[in-house]
Amino acid sequence: MNDPVSTTPARLEVQGVTKQFPGVLANDHVDFAVAPGEIHALLGENGAGKSTLVKMIYGVLHPDEGQIFWNGEQVSVADPRAARQFGIGMVFQHFSLFEAMTVLENIALGMDEPGDMRELADRVTEVSRAYGLPLEPHRNVYTLSVGERQRIEIVRCLLQNPKLLIMDEPTSVLTPQEVERLFETLRQLASEGVSILYISHKLHEIKALCDHATILRGGKVVAECDPDAETAQTMAQLMIGEELKTVSRRAGGNFGEPRLVVEGLHMASEEIHGVDLRNIALEVRAGEIFGIAGVAGNGQNELLIALSGERLAHHAEIIRIDDQPVGRMSAGARRRLGVCCVPEERNGHGAVPAMSLIENAVLSGHHRMELLNSIFIKGAEARRFAEKVVADFDVRTPGAEASAGSLSGGNLQKFIVGREILQNPGVLIVSQPTWGVDAGAAATIHQALNDLASEGAAVVVISQDLDELLAITDRLAVINVGVLSNALVTAEASVEEIGLLMGGVHGLDAHPAAQGGGETHAA
Amino acid sequence: MQLKIEPRREISRNLLYLTPFLAVLLTVVTGFVLFMLMGYDPFAAIYHFFVSPLLSLYGLSELMVKAAPLIIIGVGLAIGFRANVWNIGAEGQLTIGAIASGAVALAFWGDTGLWVLPLMCIAGVLGGMLYASIPAFLKTRFGVNEILTSLMLTYVATLFLSTLVYGPLKDPAGFNFPQSRMFTDAALLGVVFDGTRMHTGTIFALLIAVAVWVLMTFTIIGFQVRVVGQAPAAARFAGFSRNTIIWFGLLVSGGLAGLAGTFEVAGPIGQLIPVITPGYGFTAIIVAFLGRLHPLGIILSGFLMALSYIGGENAQVEVGLPQAVTGVFQGLLLFFLLASDFLVRYRVRVVRLVTETAS
Repeated sequence: MNDPVSTTPARLEVQGVTKQFPGVLANDHVDFAVAPGEIHALLGENGAGKSTLVKMIYGVLHPDEGQIFWNGEQVSVADPRAARQFGIGMVFQHFSLFEAMTVLENIALGMDEPGDMRELADRVTEVSRAYGLPLEPHRNVYTLSVGERQRIEIVRCLLQNPKLLIMDEPTSVLTPQEVERLFETLRQLASEGVSILYISHKLHEIKALCDHATILRGGKVVAECDPDAETAQTMAQLMIGEELKTVSRRAGGNFGEPRLVVEGLHMASEEIHGVDLRNIALEVRAGEIFGIAGVAGNGQNELLIALSGERLAHHAEIIRIDDQPVGRMSAGARRRLGVCCVPEERNGHGAVPAMSLIENAVLSGHHRMELLNSIFIKGAEARRFAEKVVADFDVRTPGAEASAGSLSGGNLQKFIVGREILQNPGVLIVSQPTWGVDAGAAATIHQALNDLASEGAAVVVISQDLDELLAITDRLAVINVGVLSNALVTAEASVEEIGLLMGGVHGLDAHPAAQGGGETHAA
Repeated sequence: MQLKIEPRREISRNLLYLTPFLAVLLTVVTGFVLFMLMGYDPFAAIYHFFVSPLLSLYGLSELMVKAAPLIIIGVGLAIGFRANVWNIGAEGQLTIGAIASGAVALAFWGDTGLWVLPLMCIAGVLGGMLYASIPAFLKTRFGVNEILTSLMLTYVATLFLSTLVYGPLKDPAGFNFPQSRMFTDAALLGVVFDGTRMHTGTIFALLIAVAVWVLMTFTIIGFQVRVVGQAPAAARFAGFSRNTIIWFGLLVSGGLAGLAGTFEVAGPIGQLIPVITPGYGFTAIIVAFLGRLHPLGIILSGFLMALSYIGGENAQVEVGLPQAVTGVFQGLLLFFLLASDFLVRYRVRVVRLVTETAS
């Protein structure tokens, strides 16, 4: 419905843009154009070069070669301020907000010329109302949900009357209902002539929202397509360049004894604006994959830390592993009993960035992999273990001596997940198992989780990616402001039901703005 | 035009090991220019500062005598520093170690048993550890900053030493001078070369550095220390206790400082006097960083700092340079080291200010 009119020049056109980083050609002669009022998808896996490309458009990076045209005129975008003056706005994946300040203060801080604060407050209210983005200018940011925080970023862009709005993976932190709401806003903006560049790797979203898609793979444009005319399957193949592996499921229902039991777990957060865990109860049996869904920042990390033993529960009986009370046991002692763990944050939590992969293999592996000879580290054994992880999980690295910090996010993720799975845990707790990895590696990881469960382990998967949980878990529960819902049998759960649980107390605006929020999420 | 400082994408490890040498070179060059401007013969000044102490057996032995406490304390501090445990009070722990071992030497005054020296070493180490356990306890129990507590306790220790040598430990036949009796032979470290002050403790300094290197490189204890320092959350994830490492870092560095104090009173000094250290405990902090917190690097930097003490004295005598020159050289060295470290990690770029490109 928003076909580009051939007589007017494209709002944005990129020709032959190339960007070289040490060792990586991030963008290789990329061409594409966005028409006025078009919602244009930039589709590709993690590492395909999407972020680099938009950073050049927004002036954060500068191309080595190639031209950028704005309304038909060649321009050079010196910095983000220049981009904003052209009328380019960008909503980043990670927000840059000050938690202790109000919505209005945060908006003013991000603007080049905020003007009078009272006027600005009126304009914020006006814009947020006009686009269905309810915001109270004087609320403190730390009281807001992630979805509301994203609105601040969007409103901040809209106040500058952008002609092109770049959205980088905007839905990864939203509930399904919030996603639908966001799409309504974006459609409204497009109908007013604003072009939208929508970056994602979620195919069903692109089919639901976008007029046109440019597909990137390995830094090159591999295809242009009309998402309506394609199926999710064909776009996935264009994006990945190979047939999607399907994860073979075990026959469900035959679970053994409970291996991980949690009852009445309360834990106050260590951080000022953190989430307190309240009365958490769950039971995971041998052979079961248990999912924990929820919008980011609802206590997932706190729960993981409580289960892994990084913080101790108030009583030993609150957490039991194979019928043994472990609530007061340290992380090391729990590991020796078979509890392995993949935290959400890779750098600095799951791995030490400045240390080699061998040392990082020792980090969590020395408890279970017999890497120690009294106090001495067995160098050869440690290397062998690290190299096995690298080989089995296809970690792309020059060698096991490479520092963890030199690996790309996805590769480090593969290493950490592999390191934990290869320790053959009885209970595995894994947060965001496929965060940042490509589809092929995601399938490998899912398969490994499945295999581990079929061998009798209890697996807990904490993820923000609902599709992932629906695909691999047997049961799942939803965490919201530190409260875990009752477990649902995954095969019987509906996306709407889960979405409402995810919304929880943020549910005041959880009603989809449009009908038909029931997107099919099965890949 | 505008200068912009940005982190380098890749930091060369080789360059990081090279910067101490570069810093020394720049210090020498700056010193050369400085002496010339001050009207001294720069060649002679540099020669007497850096070269001539190395040309005599006496000079070399004095170098060992001064380097030994710096190396022993430096490697101990480096363990803590690696774990972000900032023990600034090695000077005080050294003093308490010296008091403890000196008390043992005086208690067994005149005894000829071979066990007197080992007992003094044990007492010195325990004294240093005990003194370092105060900041460790306050840090782990109440979260008190160990920089402040360990530093302030240094002055308590120094005054405690004065109290003792002016009072109970004063030599009864010493004409009321504030000093203890001279230790008897069984309480003194042997001399390695006749006619010098180089004592057996200097050999121990090198052995201790190697032992700490093995500990830090090949054992799970050293690994824990490094993980706690580099990524506290990862340490917690791996089940390493931060409090244990704080205790470990402070006890080991305190114990080694105590041992260094023992070697001072049982070696070159031979008795308890009101001032037993020319600031070894503080200089060792520079030594630790100059040596890249690496025990083998600390051996080199310990010798270099020892040379700056001896060379400074030598240049005063031979060329008539002012006494402050030692401090100036130590300061220059630290300055150039920090500056070149910074430039290895960051680069300075000249950027043109982009004039507003309004459409």
